[in-house]
Amino acid sequence: MEGQSVEELLAKAEQDEEEKLQRITVLKELELEFDLGNLLASDRNPPTGLRCAGPTPEAELRALARDNTQLLINQLWQLPTERVEEAIVARLPEPTTRLPREKPLPRPRPLTRWQQFARLKGIRPKKKTNLVWDEVSGQWRRRWGYQRARDDTKEWLIEVPGNADPLEDQFAKRIQAKKERVAKNELNRLRNLARAHKMQLPSAAGLHPTGHQSKEELGRAMQVAKVSTASVGRFQERLPKEKAPRGSGKKRKFQPLFGDFAAEKKNQLELLRVMNSKKPQLDVTKATNKQMREEDQEEAAKKRKMSQKGKRKGGRQGLGGKRKGGPPSQGGKRKRGLGGKMNSGPPGFGGKRKGGQRPGGKRRK
Amino acid sequence: MDALDRVAKPKTKRAKRFLEKRESKLNENIKNVMLIKGGNANATVTQVLKDGYALKKPYSVLYKKKKITRPFEDQTLPEFFSKKSDCSLFMFGSHNKKQPNNLVIGRMYDYHVLDMIELGIENFVSLKDIKNSKCPEGTKSMLIFAGDDFDVTEDYRRLKSLLIDFFRGPTVSNIHLAGLEYVLHFTALNRIYFRSYKLLLKKSDCRTPRIELEEMGPSLDLVLKRTHLASDDLYKLSMKMPKALKPKKKKNIFHDTFGTTYGRIHMQKQDLSKLQTRKMKGLKKRPAERITEDQEKKSKRILKN
Repeated sequence: MEGQSVEELLAKAEQDEEEKLQRITVLKELELEFDLGNLLASDRNPPTGLRCAGPTPEAELRALARDNTQLLINQLWQLPTERVEEAIVARLPEPTTRLPREKPLPRPRPLTRWQQFARLKGIRPKKKTNLVWDEVSGQWRRRWGYQRARDDTKEWLIEVPGNADPLEDQFAKRIQAKKERVAKNELNRLRNLARAHKMQLPSAAGLHPTGHQSKEELGRAMQVAKVSTASVGRFQERLPKEKAPRGSGKKRKFQPLFGDFAAEKKNQLELLRVMNSKKPQLDVTKATNKQMREEDQEEAAKKRKMSQKGKRKGGRQGLGGKRKGGPPSQGGKRKRGLGGKMNSGPPGFGGKRKGGQRPGGKRRK
Repeated sequence: MDALDRVAKPKTKRAKRFLEKRESKLNENIKNVMLIKGGNANATVTQVLKDGYALKKPYSVLYKKKKITRPFEDQTLPEFFSKKSDCSLFMFGSHNKKQPNNLVIGRMYDYHVLDMIELGIENFVSLKDIKNSKCPEGTKSMLIFAGDDFDVTEDYRRLKSLLIDFFRGPTVSNIHLAGLEYVLHFTALNRIYFRSYKLLLKKSDCRTPRIELEEMGPSLDLVLKRTHLASDDLYKLSMKMPKALKPKKKKNIFHDTFGTTYGRIHMQKQDLSKLQTRKMKGLKKRPAERITEDQEKKSKRILKN
């Protein structure tokens, strides 16, 4: 009999507890992940209820939110609490989610010249008292600053020392000495700063902090890194498919002093012939290229002006008209000059157009 | 760069404090948000930015004039303003035919853009449209992310990290339990449903209260569009934690599987002959024996010498 009643009592107690917790329990397939330091909860369960909801899932979203919030609150209420001025306050743990920093880590400052020396010799800074006894005024005064103990600047009388020139201005001399001391201090500070910066620069070396760099910039940084070895990059290996860098090598090449006599004779005779001839020599290729380049620049300048005016007036059609008028007149001139660089003309023309648009507009705040 | 490491040192204490606030530190400041309107920002986008400003007060800056720029192509303008106002999070809203109701959320590292994600806004309900009581500004809000999409793709993972960064607020060590009023709920299912609710604590039979929610704040349906995420090494660099902040391991303490804690003590060398043990009176040396011992020791010493 007793045994039965004990069991019944236990069962009843369990039932009571369950009923109590009923209002705050939430059933989920997967447990949520909590980061209580950030008051954050992540629910990995796929939101199946929402998929059937249709275009306005507000009620479903609210139910889901209520469940998740209940779980988060359950976790928060289990934290250790303390009482602070009649309010119950829970102590939060450290946040576990790792988030990126907003600024890089502070670098340790390199030691100044004095600090290095002091470290070497084992000199430690002497602890000085804040106040010093001032005989003149008969009170404790601060060591430096406003109303300091021994203030040189307030003296109304300076004795001329025995070895000094009697006509010299002692006050001016004192002021000058002070200026020199200040300047020397400033110079040393700047020198320490320069030394500190020189130490910190070698780590950067051509790389942009965000990593978004153009191909050319990266190539240049790589070149500089390759050449900065003891043998000036002679024994640096290249990757299997890496091409040799273009543009590295001697910038100007001169003919050797005693070289090809026949070639030298030919060059000099040609020069004399050109100088003697009456007709002017025209390099057709160079002339046409120069003409094309000038026309391109004119067009670009006109476009920029038109785009500025167009933006103000709000009309872009004027530009389109001008653009269509451009090429036909150019094409005629190009046909006249049969140069080697015909192919590079039109694509470059179009390319320049697209590039020129963006930086043209003024920035308005 | 320290405030004292500049060529032109600050001349006033106020200037020095200003510079010290902005320099890089071990424990960083709370991230500020700047809200920028792009050219052609319509009413919806402007209201979203205003709501964002209200949510994140006082750690937010709302720029009133429109800034005509495209963040995905040219990043100089956000970087310039981030440097000016010391904000590492930004929200840029714009509207054009190709990208209607556009919102770009991004964060900075060292005043350069780290991550940027473009979201399209659909179904926006503003703070002022819902006629309910609002919670005071500056309350720390709870964040809940639902849906398995947030862990599947890298884009969504970064978006989750970005949203946590955005809405996190100040890191506190204690929190007043009755002051928890605000919940931001993000659900990922094709699009991201952002809802904000006010918390009502109802009585339940045990200590933990039962929760009822009341829709309060802005609600947005966001569609993920373009992303400009930082490369892996830059992201790693930005996540680097200083050694000083890493949790310190306690050495010489072990726990075994049964829950017993063991400790290891390191001792100096002990002279065991001088060890203090229990004195047994029966084993005490009698005076006669002690004399003979002394004599033996003396003879040994003479032999050695």
